[in-house]
Amino acid sequence: MTNSARLQWVYAWLLLSPALVLLVTFTHYPAIKSIIASFYSTARGKRQSVYIGLDNYHTLVADPVFWKVLSNNFWYAVWTIPLSIALSLIMALWVNEKLRGLAFLRMAYFTPTVLPLIAVANIWLFFYTPGFGLIDQIRGLFDLPEQNWMGSPNTALYTMIAVAIWKEAGFFMIFYLAALQTIPPSLRDAAAIEGASKVYFFRRVVFPLLMPTTLFVSINAVINSFRLVDHIFVMTEGGPNNASSLLLFYIYETAFKYWDTAYAATLTTVLLMILTVLAIGQFFFLDKRVHYK
Amino acid sequence: MLTSLLKTASAAAIATLTTVGVAQAVDLEFYFPVAVGGAAADTIEALTAEYVAANPGVNIEAIYAGSYTDAGTKALTAARGGKPPQLSVLLSTQMFTLIDEDVIVPFDDYVADADKDAWIGGFYPSFMENSQTGGKTYGIPFQRSTPVLYWNKEAFAEAGLNPDVAPATWDDMVEFGKKLTKKDDAGNVTQWGVRIPSAGFPYWMFQGLSTPAGAILANSDGNEVNFNDPKVVEALEYLVALSAEHGVMQPGAIEWGPTPKAFFEGETAMMWTTTGNLTNVRANAPFDFGVAMLPAKERRGAPTGGGNFYLFKDSTEEQKQAAVDFVKWITEPEQAAVWTIATGYVAPRPDAWETDAMKAYTADFPPALVARDQLEFAVAELSTYENGRVTQALNDGLSAAIAGEKSAQEALDEAQAAAERILRPYK
Repeated sequence: MTNSARLQWVYAWLLLSPALVLLVTFTHYPAIKSIIASFYSTARGKRQSVYIGLDNYHTLVADPVFWKVLSNNFWYAVWTIPLSIALSLIMALWVNEKLRGLAFLRMAYFTPTVLPLIAVANIWLFFYTPGFGLIDQIRGLFDLPEQNWMGSPNTALYTMIAVAIWKEAGFFMIFYLAALQTIPPSLRDAAAIEGASKVYFFRRVVFPLLMPTTLFVSINAVINSFRLVDHIFVMTEGGPNNASSLLLFYIYETAFKYWDTAYAATLTTVLLMILTVLAIGQFFFLDKRVHYK
Repeated sequence: MLTSLLKTASAAAIATLTTVGVAQAVDLEFYFPVAVGGAAADTIEALTAEYVAANPGVNIEAIYAGSYTDAGTKALTAARGGKPPQLSVLLSTQMFTLIDEDVIVPFDDYVADADKDAWIGGFYPSFMENSQTGGKTYGIPFQRSTPVLYWNKEAFAEAGLNPDVAPATWDDMVEFGKKLTKKDDAGNVTQWGVRIPSAGFPYWMFQGLSTPAGAILANSDGNEVNFNDPKVVEALEYLVALSAEHGVMQPGAIEWGPTPKAFFEGETAMMWTTTGNLTNVRANAPFDFGVAMLPAKERRGAPTGGGNFYLFKDSTEEQKQAAVDFVKWITEPEQAAVWTIATGYVAPRPDAWETDAMKAYTADFPPALVARDQLEFAVAELSTYENGRVTQALNDGLSAAIAGEKSAQEALDEAQAAAERILRPYK
């Protein structure tokens, strides 16, 4: 290697190092450490942590709460991902038109994103409250009986899903809106001259051009379906009887309420694996359908 | 940019040098949680500052550590990382967990024998149940509470009940509840008889039923539980029947947060909640209200709740001694009175109620005495080794029964089996 080539390498590494240091310290090292910790027992006071092989994983397989939260998380993802993306796309298409009060409408759609999730949860808590909550007051106008949405195991998870969709859609809308504004107006004119209908134009021109955004948004939506749990702390604490508990919430409970850090590490490892598989799958599967410029 | 950085750095260096200069004094770090509003934080900080001003030998840094859960998490994480606070107020139910983690020491070794009876013996015995085990005192009661029944006097009068008499027994509560439950023409309930919050952690209020039924949920060694005792089953059946059979309480899990609001809005005529809400209800209830002890079955009874002082292990002997001296001072009658009046927490010692300040306060606001009088019948809040898990097993069972997924017997049998499995290593 010549001197100048070597210098280039050094230069490259120097440029990469700040990001690398942060990523390794706060992401890679803790992740690997968690995987290692999942093969050890939890240290308690004078009892040291010892290597126990796959014991934590056996506990995991036999843990009914784990399977419950996993299935909850599945349904949470199944509902929040498509609904929040579809809603955000509809909102973006709408506020991309020329309307009166456009700035106000855009801001209104974006407000849920600006509000912290804990504040949002506190607001929704009073929407759902039976009797004098907003939803029941509206139902009361039609003489419908009051409903304890958060207090029933059949509906508790769906109350959490609704909050997540409400919270996320505005955020995704911003990305779609930005993407829509980059679509050249000449395409619309051309389609109009050819006599293409609005629906056809959307299906064959706009939607394909939005694919890179859809990929980005859907990856975010998938990650968020595992990550957005703050409202559960405020609203149901995973109850009743784990009906609204999600994987990440269960990890927090295990680590900081039960102080079983080794088992929490095991759960974290499972979460990591799920997210890795999903992210890789998404890139390979969707990348083929994405048209970059 | 660089200059300002340098300035800050040198200022910090100078500050460090100065502190080292004076630092013959003992430095203490003290974590405290706040569960109800801002007055509590201000009061703790003011009391700490007062103590430091009067005792030049000590320097105490009072650190607000969030909710009870947050404070517990912070203190344990710090202890595991080898840098615990010397002193912390944490949930009284965390005693066994903290012992198990080997991060706290008993207070006994730092109290002169002559003082032991006067100081440690001077707290209400029901508060000490959650503070002592194996003959040692690991917790000093400070931020303690107990659930009580609040009733709406106007609603009582409207229903033809004596507005000055609260239900004294379980049967009374059902009977009153039936009179108080109002429906509109469509048959929808507009006012419930009673509201017992049960979402998230139903076990605490449930102890307000299991204790009067005559059951004690856990032993004092924290390694045995009694979840499927027939009396506990009876208590749970009663709780479920309030909605399912008698129709006097809203069905399903009931949230804690909106409970006082439901009371103010006339959504419920009676509510069970902590004495920590006393000041809130006094300020916000738009009607005349009363406060009573929880109704009795075989006996009267309720759990205690709230936080204790804990002494952390990983500190010098001087720090421990200084910490104990501070705890002793802050629980003295005068300081306890200041604390109770500012927050509504129950003063943990009988002598605090004898101070002039407390006498004036209770003369002006007699409901504050109800909690104190209930202490005679109160028992320890459920606390065991592996407390989070064991409590969760009971919570899950209670929620399942409240939601109607399981019968009371079935749900409690399962909770008992789960708890026994968790506690096996501690026998």
